[in-house]
Amino acid sequence: MNCEKISNALVAYLDGRANSDERGVVEAHLKLCAACQERADEFRRLWQVMAEVPAVEPSLGFDARLRQRIAAAPRPKFWAGMLPAPRFAFSVALLVALSVWVGGRQPRSVNPQIATANSEEQFRMIKDLGVLENYDVLSNFDALSDLPASTQPQQSPQPGNDPDSGSGG
Amino acid sequence: MARSDVQLMLDVKAGDDVSFELLLHKYRTPLVNFLCRMVKDQAAAEDLAQEVFFRVYRARKEYSPSAKFTTWLFRIATNLALNAIRDGRYRQMQISIDAPGDEDGPAFQLPAREARADDRLIERERNRMIRGAILTLPEKQRAAVVLHKYHDMDYAEIGKILGCSESALKSLLFRAYETLRVQLALLVARPATQAAGEGKRHEL
Repeated sequence: MNCEKISNALVAYLDGRANSDERGVVEAHLKLCAACQERADEFRRLWQVMAEVPAVEPSLGFDARLRQRIAAAPRPKFWAGMLPAPRFAFSVALLVALSVWVGGRQPRSVNPQIATANSEEQFRMIKDLGVLENYDVLSNFDALSDLPASTQPQQSPQPGNDPDSGSGG
Repeated sequence: MARSDVQLMLDVKAGDDVSFELLLHKYRTPLVNFLCRMVKDQAAAEDLAQEVFFRVYRARKEYSPSAKFTTWLFRIATNLALNAIRDGRYRQMQISIDAPGDEDGPAFQLPAREARADDRLIERERNRMIRGAILTLPEKQRAAVVLHKYHDMDYAEIGKILGCSESALKSLLFRAYETLRVQLALLVARPATQAAGEGKRHEL
């Protein structure tokens, strides 16, 4: 393992929190690498030096100041407890909004009257299905189209020949 | 049998202010020290610590023991400290270890064996250097080092406080200690004479 890969395991090795595998790998590397060995020694000394810095004590008035601040803080309103927690309120609002949106996308419910009318129309269509199936045959029936247009051409009635049109009196 | 921190906090939630006093008594010193190492100035650290405890008390009704109490407490403290530092509220308090001392006393000199220096003065100067070096670290590295070195927290807990993985934390700590090793070389490095002596012994 190279120096760069060792570096992340070095702190855990020195503070005793490395597992046995990590410890073995680091120790093997330190035996071979003088630079990393020197760094490890200096880290140990650094920690000793850092431990020299004494802890500080909070000032005497620390607790009293905190109590004063807590006492001075505005009390929550009596109805504040009745309000839902912000996360819960947001979740409910989101759920309602989502329901409205999804509801708007659903196909509208069918009006019962229209549904009845459609049913009757469908019933009539099914009843006349036999006729409708033959409609194309009837409309394109060649035998009818081949007939002469008229065996006795109709003559437009002549005004003079019209027996009803003569002067009767 | 002593109640755990989580149990104490649950009692605070139930309205027991005495339990809050117990938590305050237990954690005010570690918290002030942590914040003191983050922002240097003790008055500023105490202001931030007050804010942490105030927030803990204010949030007592919403408390749920999803993590260790210390993880929750120090996460609040770390976030407050990082925000304060980034806002620049405490920037002027940070010092350079190369700058002349901001406390009374002469600039640091390594104690020679023959010198009969005032031990307290030297000790104070060493402390100033160490604190100054820690304060020059980037904020997140600084928090990691302080929690690791001065609060003896394990990697999992520090990772939760800082919001990073254990492997990222180990890398962060290595870089931080490497920076400190270089900055505090005067205190940390082996004296050249000792190194040379050991070299000669190896040769023999």
